[in-house]
Amino acid sequence: MAAGQPILDVRELACIRGDREIFAGLSFTVPAGGALLLTGANGAGKSSLLRVIAGLPVPAAGGEVLLEGAPASTDPAGHALRLRYISSQDALKPALTVAENLAFYAALWGGQVTPALEALGLGALASLPGRVLSTGQRRRLALARLGLAPVRLWLLDEPSLGLDVASVARLGDLMARHRAGGGAILAATHLPLPLPDARELKL
Amino acid sequence: MNASVFGGLLAVLGREWKLALRHPSDTLAAVLFFVLVAALFPFGVGPAPETFSRLAPGALLAAALLAALLPLDRLFGAEAEDGSLDQLLLSGLPRGVLAAAKALGHWLTTGVPLIAATPIAAAMLNLPVEAWGVAMAALALATALLSLLGTLGAALTLGARRGGVLLPLLVLPLAIPAVIFGAAAIEAASAGLSAAPFLLLLGAGVSIAAPLAPLAAGAALQND
Repeated sequence: MAAGQPILDVRELACIRGDREIFAGLSFTVPAGGALLLTGANGAGKSSLLRVIAGLPVPAAGGEVLLEGAPASTDPAGHALRLRYISSQDALKPALTVAENLAFYAALWGGQVTPALEALGLGALASLPGRVLSTGQRRRLALARLGLAPVRLWLLDEPSLGLDVASVARLGDLMARHRAGGGAILAATHLPLPLPDARELKL
Repeated sequence: MNASVFGGLLAVLGREWKLALRHPSDTLAAVLFFVLVAALFPFGVGPAPETFSRLAPGALLAAALLAALLPLDRLFGAEAEDGSLDQLLLSGLPRGVLAAAKALGHWLTTGVPLIAATPIAAAMLNLPVEAWGVAMAALALATALLSLLGTLGAALTLGARRGGVLLPLLVLPLAIPAVIFGAAAIEAASAGLSAAPFLLLLGAGVSIAAPLAPLAAGAALQND
């Protein structure tokens, strides 16, 4: 990677759902160690923007997304492996234990399950089935995926929804370490997030 | 196929297997449905053995394929509902490999139990014991074909309204060759003839569908 090259470079991005244009002509960059907060009213297209950048199927999108200089469209599988996307859904299987839920993703992406659980204070819950978790605990288990093998870009959709104060602080530590290691964060949120010096993009 | 793709495929398969063990109701429902449908035929046609010998092969195949269809609309539906599908699509696995893992998972958790239950259903239909082995082989291949075509159907109907109804309408016509050759194999075996040509034809069907159906299913997931 060339010095000074942004981690995420978005050029002229557009998203159309039905015949309604959600956003168009959107261009921005996020440098290494940087963070960008997406704000805006409900339906402004924050989640759609995160999905487009992740490379997930979105009704109609145009423009270009470059991650570390590589266009997302040329190698979708490789693009997916260089980012971590936490959607508004927790993607948990109630029948599997907390550790098994995370171990599946660790098998796909690499990384250690126990430290990732500890980072969000879930160590003591590791052997509980997912179905007994509270909303906040489910959210923390989803966020624990961020503690698996490191990647350069985190896409977070309402990461702190339902979290208590101590868990928001843990998420803050996790995000600070990620940025200190040269990672970038793009977060859509309505709640205040512990992201110092984050720029804001209002959709 | 490189090591990480193979490892990913095994991870998805292992998860399918674990989920099926923790929630055996889907598998049990399919097996009970299969045995009950096979048990209904004798009530309908009466107890004459010669009627049975004509009826048993086709009834076995039809009952097994209908039973294997039951859990298919949840194959991707359940993953899409809780957000797991997004994570699977971002797993770094080629989408065709992901679909192949789901198809294999469906066969292991639905097809294999149906094969194990075949002797019970065959006994209800008064199939000669000599033909049970061939019946199990025919069902193994027919359910494998249905798992592959069904995965394609499930990927195509994902997100469609009334997808659960659309899926059988899409998949069952494609499964007609499996019924024809499967039933012919069982019929040949119960008449004391060689079932090999029919099983080989079924096997050919599976080997054509094995690479193509997951590729098509992967493309359908891409454009969801």
